[in-house]
Amino acid sequence: MKLVWKLLTSLRLTVVLLALGIVLVFVGTVAQADEGLYTAQTRYFKHWFVFGLSFFGQRVPLPLPGGYLLGTALLINLLAAHIQRFQWTWKKIGIHLTHTGVIVLLVGQLTTDLSSRETMLRFAEGETKNYSESARDYELVFTSDVGDGREEVVSIPERRLRNGGEIKTASLPFTVRIKNFWANSDPSFRAPMQENAPPLTTNGLARYFDFRPSPEAKAMDERNIPSALIEMTTVTGSLGEWVVSDWAGETGLAASVSNNFARQLGEQMAGRIAGRLAEPQSIRVGGKEFSFTIRPERTYRDFSLTLLNFTHARYLGTDIPKDFRSRVRLENPQTREHREVEIYMNTPLRYQGETFYQASFDQLDPRVSILQIVRNPGWLTPYAGCIIVAAGLLTQFLMHLIGFISKRRTA
Amino acid sequence: MKKSLPLILTVVMAAWGFGSLREQPEKDIRYSEFGRLPLLFNGRLQPMDSLARNSLLQIREKQAANLEPWKEWHQGPKMIPAIQWLASVMMKPEVADAWPVFRVDHPELTALLKLPVKDEATHQDGKHYSWNQIQPSLEAMREQTSRITGREKQKLSDPSQRTSFEQAVMKLHERLILYLRLKNTLQPQDARDWPAEFKEYTDLIPAGVAAVRAQQAGEKHDAATFEKFLGLLQKFDAMARFEPPLLLPPPAREGHPHAEWMRVGEVLLEGARGEAIPDSVRAYAAISGAFRQGDAAEFNRQVVRYRLSLAPDFGPAVVKAAREHFFNRLEPFYKAMVIYVLAFLLACGFWFNLSDGLRRSAVWLVVLAFVIHTGGLIFRMWLEGRPPVTNLYSSAIFIGWGACALGLVLEGFWKNSIGVVISSAVGFLTLIIAHHLSLAGDTMEMMRAVLDTNFWLATHVVVVTLGYASTFVAGFLAIVYIVMGVFTPNLTRPMSRDGAAHGELGKSLAKMVYGIVCFATLFSFVGTVLGGIWADQSWGRFWGWDPKENGALIIVLWNALVLHLRWGGIVRERGLITCAVVGNIVTSWSWFGVNMLGIGLHSYGFLDAAFMWLMLFIASQLALIALSSLPLKNWRSFRTEAKAT
Repeated sequence: MKLVWKLLTSLRLTVVLLALGIVLVFVGTVAQADEGLYTAQTRYFKHWFVFGLSFFGQRVPLPLPGGYLLGTALLINLLAAHIQRFQWTWKKIGIHLTHTGVIVLLVGQLTTDLSSRETMLRFAEGETKNYSESARDYELVFTSDVGDGREEVVSIPERRLRNGGEIKTASLPFTVRIKNFWANSDPSFRAPMQENAPPLTTNGLARYFDFRPSPEAKAMDERNIPSALIEMTTVTGSLGEWVVSDWAGETGLAASVSNNFARQLGEQMAGRIAGRLAEPQSIRVGGKEFSFTIRPERTYRDFSLTLLNFTHARYLGTDIPKDFRSRVRLENPQTREHREVEIYMNTPLRYQGETFYQASFDQLDPRVSILQIVRNPGWLTPYAGCIIVAAGLLTQFLMHLIGFISKRRTA
Repeated sequence: MKKSLPLILTVVMAAWGFGSLREQPEKDIRYSEFGRLPLLFNGRLQPMDSLARNSLLQIREKQAANLEPWKEWHQGPKMIPAIQWLASVMMKPEVADAWPVFRVDHPELTALLKLPVKDEATHQDGKHYSWNQIQPSLEAMREQTSRITGREKQKLSDPSQRTSFEQAVMKLHERLILYLRLKNTLQPQDARDWPAEFKEYTDLIPAGVAAVRAQQAGEKHDAATFEKFLGLLQKFDAMARFEPPLLLPPPAREGHPHAEWMRVGEVLLEGARGEAIPDSVRAYAAISGAFRQGDAAEFNRQVVRYRLSLAPDFGPAVVKAAREHFFNRLEPFYKAMVIYVLAFLLACGFWFNLSDGLRRSAVWLVVLAFVIHTGGLIFRMWLEGRPPVTNLYSSAIFIGWGACALGLVLEGFWKNSIGVVISSAVGFLTLIIAHHLSLAGDTMEMMRAVLDTNFWLATHVVVVTLGYASTFVAGFLAIVYIVMGVFTPNLTRPMSRDGAAHGELGKSLAKMVYGIVCFATLFSFVGTVLGGIWADQSWGRFWGWDPKENGALIIVLWNALVLHLRWGGIVRERGLITCAVVGNIVTSWSWFGVNMLGIGLHSYGFLDAAFMWLMLFIASQLALIALSSLPLKNWRSFRTEAKAT
């Protein structure tokens, strides 16, 4: 026990942890080129251990402590060392302040990591939305009408789809079997009068489109668009196989497909093809109609935002974005709020514990604005941590410097 | 003589450094007047001179055009300034087309384009070719570029996977496009007598419009007029499609569709729609006519007349263009760089013969270079209305500036030439790096929306850059320690000639390194966290593990590690020195290496040639680390100490 305590409080441990930190950050950065930004970040920095590294295109079968492990170990080391060696003297105030600041930062980042949530809100001018969508996670939803204009939505998260197998839930009168799931997929139109392979299934969407798996997105500005082949069954037998896809679940994607075809086939034909993609699919079970699709996971709110106006300025004669801003009406029936706000670069809206940022715009449709919404209860900790550490380092080094100069004077 | 050496040297170099404050009189055609004319390109207002220099930098990688590149420099090849080249490209393209200004040095590319090899007899240097030489092979170029971009569009490949041949193709492609844009800026590229052609067009407008209307209505019309008019419009349309620089100021009167700067081609097309053609087109046509006829007096008169006509409505634009023109002429960073080299040599000389005259000369020269460097930095900030660091180029300038200031402070303390060596070496190296970065194009480009905030540029970016600068200073001090220790006996000697009071040089150097590492920790930590706070403000996450953020974090972790090693007594003097050299590697990696990964929010684009230099730098630092790990008996400094005791 004594040995463990000695280890925990030792400066050598600090040094080893810092060195490992440097190695991890370096390897984790270089790996982003091979594994993709998001995957590498998650694998190296948001895990306890990393098994198998990629290094400039090479795979290296070595383990490495992950970001969580190093952060926690540093925190424990720091706390233990302070308990062991804490002395209240003016001479040490700089060091104490610095370490306190580092603790604030580490703890803050850990809470942020565990509790922060990022979603996107994408709307065209005039559109009102009371939900935002995940940029990365998808859901398979079954929607049924329950009268008085209300709908019941049953959602199956993407990670459940990845596992495959059968999904039974009390909210649905049938079993869903995941026969195939592609985390990223490409649609291809089954043009008539051409030799097509047999369709994935003969129902709905699959009559017009084939879906092929495609490599998972790596770059920052790319994302996966999943599709799946599912079968619904009841005790009396199969209700048929269907292809469900996020390609069909998002209007923006249908528009991009239409845009792709427009060059070869003309606007009208392309529009019709994209229309096929967006056609709703549904089944009737027990007198109830269930429509279903894959779409980005949604988070609903008690208030709504309406995009009034979106401006996107470029520098004259170039494609360099100069400014983009959304004028938005915020309506909250509970607080009876009804006001207009402007959200633009470096000036977000902070509301009800969430922050709304002007993140992007639609390349195809200049009227569409994309906001990023972040819930991060720990957002103030870096501010505090930074100030405390800066004050600590400054005190410490100035004391050194003054001592040094006065020694020179006397010498 | 010895006493007055510092003074004489400084005066001579100052005369050279500040010499370009006064403009050289031009006898014939006053190109500098033409160079002051304002236009809009790259989204920013700039003088013609900046367009000329930046374009030539991209096309030829130099700010001046060498018309006889096959000659050695001592044979006096004919050099012309960028603005003279640009004037010819715009107004006498058939002359400019024959000048060998396109740099093509990839052997596979020269083979593809069937370009002649080096041969002095036929006036070929094997690296620079004219438009006329490349033009016959444009089809081969087009084939290659459409193949490369096509694959990238289909996501079969991406720009980071281009082979060196493909990179060379795309680079030349961009150069050719730029050249075409310039050729179509002032007049259609095939115009031979633009004032006459322009007049013919304006005279033809009423008849031409009538003919087109009649043709569309299916009525009788003059076929010859119709054909001619349509031909001209197609030519102007082609001209506008190249998206050349916006040469014409917005019309001053109200109610005109444009409130912005315009392109000549677009304005000419609008002329056919009944819009009045602004006088500026006419003025440029007159300038072009005089230039073509070689009528210097008329050319100068027309240029000045046009500039004066702009003054009432576009006073600020004219003044800003003139200021930037002045800045271009000063070339402060180039001058500072040359003086840094001279100072470095003198300071090193001091170590060999220990004449204080050399040291003082070096100090004065570094002060002079620093003044010019600072002047350039401030002038640039004033021109741009921005804090000092806005892009990689200006970060190099600023790192050099910060390191030089720190070196001078150290010199003020110790007066042993070490501070000057650091100042001049880092100053020179960073300005060389800045020069190579400027080859990428306009260094005063406009800031993207997300970066368009002077507050964060002034805090986060400046502090982080100071962190880089101080880590480099610590690293270079360590290099001085190692080189001196291994090859000279100086480390155990007193640090300066005014007595042993300061203690041994080696110990003082180590203390210096330690102190600077402390401040580097402070700057890099605060700068990095400020960056996180900026990120939190602008897109809602404090830390995203983006490569550039990680690079900065590695510097912070490294500095913290060094301090803990030192505090824990795990390393002592030599260990600390070795760590500081590692700091050079770490800093150069996060300054440049991460940009080469080509991912993330902070990536600035291609730096392939820089990659080799980075590797060389890292190799040299590794060699120094190896040197510093030699056993003490191999260090000359410590060997003598052993003998003495």
